[in-house]
Amino acid sequence: MNARQPAEPQIIVESLVKRFGSFVAVDNVSFRIGRGEIMGFLGPNGAGKSTIIRILCGLLRPTAGRALVAGIDVAEDPERVREHIGYMSQKFSLYRDLSVEENLRFFGGIYRVPQSELAERMRFAIDMAGLGGREKALVSTLAGGWQQRLALGCAVLHRPPILFLDEPTSGVEPRSRRRFWDLIHTLAATGVSVLVSTHYMDEAEYCHRAALINQGRLIAVGSPEELKHTALGGELLLLEIGNLGAALAALADAPDVLDCSVFGNALHVLVRDAERSFRELPGFLGQKGLRPSRLERIKPSLEDVFVQLIALDMAKRRAA
Amino acid sequence: MRFRRLKAIAAKEVLQIWRDPRSLMIALLLPFTQMFLLGYGVNLDLKHIPVCTFDREGSQLSQDLLKRFQASQYFVIARDLQSYRQLVAAIDDGDCSLAIVVPPDFSERLNDSGGASVQAILDGTDDNTANIAFGYAAAVVDNFSNSVQVSWTDRQGRALQQIQPMVVQSRVWFNEDLESRNFIIPGLVAVIMALIGAQLTSLTIAREWERGTMELLISTPVKPSELMFGKLLPYLALGWVDAAFCLVMAALWFGVPYRGTLAALFVTTTLFLIVVLSIGYLLSVLIPNQVGASQIALLVTMVPTILLSGYVFPIDQMPRVVQDVTYLIYSRYYVTIVKDLFLKGSSLTELSTPILFLIVYATAVMVLAARAFRKRLD
Amino acid sequence: MNETHRPIVEASGLTKRFDAVAAVDGLSFTVERGEIFGLVGPDGAGKTATMRMLAGVMQPDSGSIVIDGIDVMSDPEEGKQHISYMPQRFGLYEDLTVDENIRFYADLFEIPADIREQRATRLLAASGMSQFRSRLAGQLSGGMKQKLGLTCALVHTPRILLLDEPTTGVDPVSRRDFWRILYGLREEGVTILISTAYLDEAERCNRLALLHGGRVLYCDTPAALKQRMPGAIVVISSPAGREARTAIAGLDGVGNALLVGDGIHAVVDDAALRMPQLREALQRANIAFSQIALGEPSIEDVFVALLENGGRPQ
Repeated sequence: MNARQPAEPQIIVESLVKRFGSFVAVDNVSFRIGRGEIMGFLGPNGAGKSTIIRILCGLLRPTAGRALVAGIDVAEDPERVREHIGYMSQKFSLYRDLSVEENLRFFGGIYRVPQSELAERMRFAIDMAGLGGREKALVSTLAGGWQQRLALGCAVLHRPPILFLDEPTSGVEPRSRRRFWDLIHTLAATGVSVLVSTHYMDEAEYCHRAALINQGRLIAVGSPEELKHTALGGELLLLEIGNLGAALAALADAPDVLDCSVFGNALHVLVRDAERSFRELPGFLGQKGLRPSRLERIKPSLEDVFVQLIALDMAKRRAA
Repeated sequence: MRFRRLKAIAAKEVLQIWRDPRSLMIALLLPFTQMFLLGYGVNLDLKHIPVCTFDREGSQLSQDLLKRFQASQYFVIARDLQSYRQLVAAIDDGDCSLAIVVPPDFSERLNDSGGASVQAILDGTDDNTANIAFGYAAAVVDNFSNSVQVSWTDRQGRALQQIQPMVVQSRVWFNEDLESRNFIIPGLVAVIMALIGAQLTSLTIAREWERGTMELLISTPVKPSELMFGKLLPYLALGWVDAAFCLVMAALWFGVPYRGTLAALFVTTTLFLIVVLSIGYLLSVLIPNQVGASQIALLVTMVPTILLSGYVFPIDQMPRVVQDVTYLIYSRYYVTIVKDLFLKGSSLTELSTPILFLIVYATAVMVLAARAFRKRLD
Repeated sequence: MNETHRPIVEASGLTKRFDAVAAVDGLSFTVERGEIFGLVGPDGAGKTATMRMLAGVMQPDSGSIVIDGIDVMSDPEEGKQHISYMPQRFGLYEDLTVDENIRFYADLFEIPADIREQRATRLLAASGMSQFRSRLAGQLSGGMKQKLGLTCALVHTPRILLLDEPTTGVDPVSRRDFWRILYGLREEGVTILISTAYLDEAERCNRLALLHGGRVLYCDTPAALKQRMPGAIVVISSPAGREARTAIAGLDGVGNALLVGDGIHAVVDDAALRMPQLREALQRANIAFSQIALGEPSIEDVFVALLENGGRPQ
């Protein structure tokens, strides 16, 4: 779903503000998430992601602004909100000394899944996690990836239309991570809205849209593709050269070079116009006795984008 | 051993102690409160034993006798009773431990045949107190009877023909007032220092493991001996402050006379501190979690020191086997030393035996601790 | 090959068991002087155990470690003179200030006060921490703590730096600062061994060892590793990712397809051959797509593909 304004918004946040004393944790944040949309919340630790999620779960009252989850105002009816959401926390909140089945039954009870449906929902969760045949295994004996999928299963037993995931893939092996995201996409395809919070920028690639939060403010929203194209404010080149240090110093005053940094055995050069720099840079470096062995355009990673955006945001704040 | 590294470890420990309210509280507040509580709380003497009097005669003579109880420092008149029923009630209620009953024909009998008796009724629930109280009471009555005898012979104008009964006069050496406080308080200093000393150091290694700073520390070239001495030094300084405080309080506040030299006190106290601090450090090395280490430290110091060091219970009154065990109790040596320094004013040479034991102890524990510390995570 | 050239770090056949589990199982790799070497792998791959053994704070069950000519297993204390270790868990004193921590570690290595001052000033300035010198370490943010850890590790100018997952959980701006410092050190000839669970961080190293299950799956430069990718990645941008995936599944030469936010990344054996076939399949299934293009495989793509091939590179 790449629609700019999602149809049938499941989550509506308008001018949300949260203050703790004089500290502004959430500073005028607005966004919408539609049915079946996966939205990534990215930002460094302490940026305010967890606070926003807690407000949306009805665990904290907003200081100002409005948040509607599944049509329910979180400030007015926080209890009812919790019936419509599923939550999976970091480190999975499972009971390690209980079995797979016992955990599911426990969460089924907590979420008040009707008895008639419980068996079927438990079956669904076990199948989704791939834990068929291991229902009696203690959670502590399961590897990270299995626990992760089980925790997801526990969070969706009551078929919530909205899912909050807080750093769900921390410490999990890549293949398990991919399998997990596959499950998320499957759920999203059934209409579930998913809000994922993570400090790992590249995880935004898995999301339909990503929102970047820094120090309580929303500084960018868009699909990964949009963010990479428009947000960087330039184009990224890869420059391979023998003497990295000298090249780095030289490029500091090269024309049209916005930023330059070492990356592995090469340099990443942010330029205003890739075409122009292709023509001009070799000559510019040649004058200083530096001959690049490779110069090509590369796609920026989301981390590049975010670092740039955060740096711009910080500069803006300092100027303000 | 590199002095620079040792200094660095010591300086760091000082900063950490200073910024840790718990450590500071143990170090500074605890000795003060313990001296106070235990110093006043423990008193083996009986003084001001509450007495009830039942004067059935109410004569000049009976009042004379009863006044002597009043005048004695061992007794204080709690109540004057009017009946046996009151007497029973008074003892039951605990108003008095002892009741003296003077019979209605006291003066008459005394003047007549020279033989009168006085009844003492004792609260036997505390056997010890009862015995002692009776002893004192007998002494008072004895005293009175002697003086009656003397005045009687005077009045009769007869020469005193009776042989004066031998009165044993005891003179107590060293603790003339037989103030139990004088031998308990010095021992108390040892108890407190043993307790606090081990508590202080029992946390230091364990804390670094629990906070995760140990992993980085052991990846540097620092040696276990540098670590140990560097960590012990600040606690030794703290221990001096505590010990000085306790000893000053013993001498000035509790008024225990001090007869030794300050140098001897300093040397022996330092030695003892080294022992207890090393014990705490050893425990910290062996038990890498703070809660466990400090609890074991408490167990290993408090119980043996209170029961077996000679602090309250004299060692030579213990069964032979137990006496041998006390050779292992490090605080026993310091208790001996401190008591001797306070009450006898012994010199270092006179104390050479316990000092030697302390030196051996200190060396053994420190070697153990340095060896036990492994610069390894596994 | 120069007879006297010798890698500065040589680990061979390292094994370490915890209870019945072999966290490190016959691990071998070498690190060249002056390079940034990555020990890369997901959690549980044995990175931290390996780093600890290299730092001499943990004894291997078997194998050997030679650092700068020193046999670390027989003389760990000598090894510690030559390395500087930064453990994964913050190893500094939270109740001491930034300055006091630096001074402590400088003293442990017996650095004269004036030289310590010089280095500290320079390092702190490079990390943007100059104004935090008298702040208690416990009050620093995650990123600043890591930079402080690095500063303390560097104050005695080690030739070899061992960093255990130094950027985990650190915000991207601090992460970038951190790497800038590392590159600066590389210019000065310091050898850096860094472990990370972020596979994309592997690309920042000169060479890397890809770990899995306590063993080295692969050891070479990032570029060479990507060459080893069995096949190629084709990026299909489409709003109907799942349908697209179903449509191309089962086509010849098409392997797994990863669902991403704006489409799919499909693994194919031969891009030139398969791309037109993919296009055709999508059109036939009436699936909208905005582009089909050759994609650059990420280290994670390579890792997953290698594992799927039974843990052996092609």
